[in-house]
Amino acid sequence: MTEAEITEKVIALVTPYVKNRKALSNITPDTTFLADLGINSARLVDIVLAFEDEFGIEVSDDAADSIATVGDAVALIGKLVP
Amino acid sequence: MAGDAISHRVVVTGLGVLAPNGHGLEAYEAALRGGVSGIRFIEKLAERNFACQVGGVPQGVDELAHAYLAPDDLLAMNDAMIYAAIAGIDCWRDAGLREIAPDAPVDWDTGAIVGTGIGGMQTIGERLIPMVDKGRVRRLGSTMVEQVMCSAVSAKVGGLLALGGQTTTNSSACTTGTEAVIDAFHRIRTGRIARMIAGGVEGASHYTWSGFDAMKVLASQSNDAPERASRPMSASASGFVPGSGAGLLMLESLASAEGRGARIYAEVIGGHVNSGGQREGGSMTAPNPAGVVRCVRAALAEAGIESGEVDAINGHLTATFADPHELENWRHALDVDARRLPPINATKSMIGHALGAAGGLECVATVLQLHHEFLHGSINCEDLHPKIEPFRASVVQRTRAFTGRTIVKSSFGFGDVNGCIVFRKWPS
Repeated sequence: MTEAEITEKVIALVTPYVKNRKALSNITPDTTFLADLGINSARLVDIVLAFEDEFGIEVSDDAADSIATVGDAVALIGKLVP
Repeated sequence: MAGDAISHRVVVTGLGVLAPNGHGLEAYEAALRGGVSGIRFIEKLAERNFACQVGGVPQGVDELAHAYLAPDDLLAMNDAMIYAAIAGIDCWRDAGLREIAPDAPVDWDTGAIVGTGIGGMQTIGERLIPMVDKGRVRRLGSTMVEQVMCSAVSAKVGGLLALGGQTTTNSSACTTGTEAVIDAFHRIRTGRIARMIAGGVEGASHYTWSGFDAMKVLASQSNDAPERASRPMSASASGFVPGSGAGLLMLESLASAEGRGARIYAEVIGGHVNSGGQREGGSMTAPNPAGVVRCVRAALAEAGIESGEVDAINGHLTATFADPHELENWRHALDVDARRLPPINATKSMIGHALGAAGGLECVATVLQLHHEFLHGSINCEDLHPKIEPFRASVVQRTRAFTGRTIVKSSFGFGDVNGCIVFRKWPS
């Protein structure tokens, strides 16, 4: 799977949780889930579960805690995807 | 009222309703006037071998939910929370308060008492228990607690509207909704807060209804004729029809309402909640008549009115064996002959028994009747119960015009708990 494909799927998966809808239109790897997209921090748990289901991976708690930006998520998923 | 300074008049300045027979005030009023039943056959109840296979469930909620709520909100809301949110937003807008927006300032002058009888059973039954039993706790995600906590319904309303006053959920079985309105009334009356959204909400989960079905208190004789299934006061009543929905009222101090030029529907002039102690004929599931009588009389006393000033009654009247007892308790409480009981009707004949939401939905019905000057007919009681026959002249069977000033509404619940509230027409 290419980085672009992963990025596209990540954005689709987080979109329902995004409170700051305007930020959706110019997402970069540096876009943060909490500050930029306005996602409720409690929902990161649900987003990680969604990544696991979509990509068929398992994300450890430590790895999940390291995800702050869209780029972090894409890189982590890229490493874990079989 | 010992210790409480009583100084503030309390009025109703907003209403929100999501009922099995109508969403919104116009639809609900029209349904009440027209004797429109919201009771339908429920496939899932038949599949699960319920004796009662009919229920009252608000219609079109999926569409409403997407119109009223953001996608991220909906990811963490069960049906009860969605019902509460729709009625809460409607109530707020109806009261003419500021625009609802994610960045709206906190309204420190408004609180909420949004009650529920059973709580987030849909979430517990469909997600939490199956996942936990499979050892998949980690897969529950982050949204379980906020959906199964008893206060889910009030918390969601509070967050959507940015309420800064006390925001809580009460629970007292089938008295819940009425108790919430009475408690809110007393908070405002004693000057603790200017406004409160109050009433009740109940989801439509078959898990919630299962225990009642097992108790054999649900109507099981009309599965093929849902609209005739809810039969309060009828000789052929065979139990109540489970219902669901949300009914909320904006209660406000008269000073606050007048200060902002709000439209006033009615005044709350008295209310009382008590318990019969599960003695003297009362039990976990049946009321002590003495408790009911004391509750009604205390509400009238607080309102400062005599029983002769009660112009109509919106009863609890569920269509169980208890209906004849309720009529007799009213007669005793008001100290009148059966023939002289004020007109009485049963909103449950059209919406079923919405449990924790019942009092809220019925208080909204009561205020609409006062404001729009009508009494709705109770459907399905052409064949009055023999013990209610002496009250025939008082039972409102057909919708009619109403020019009275005062309607008393009562609710009774498991635990032998009672609530009674007195609404007075606001002169237009």
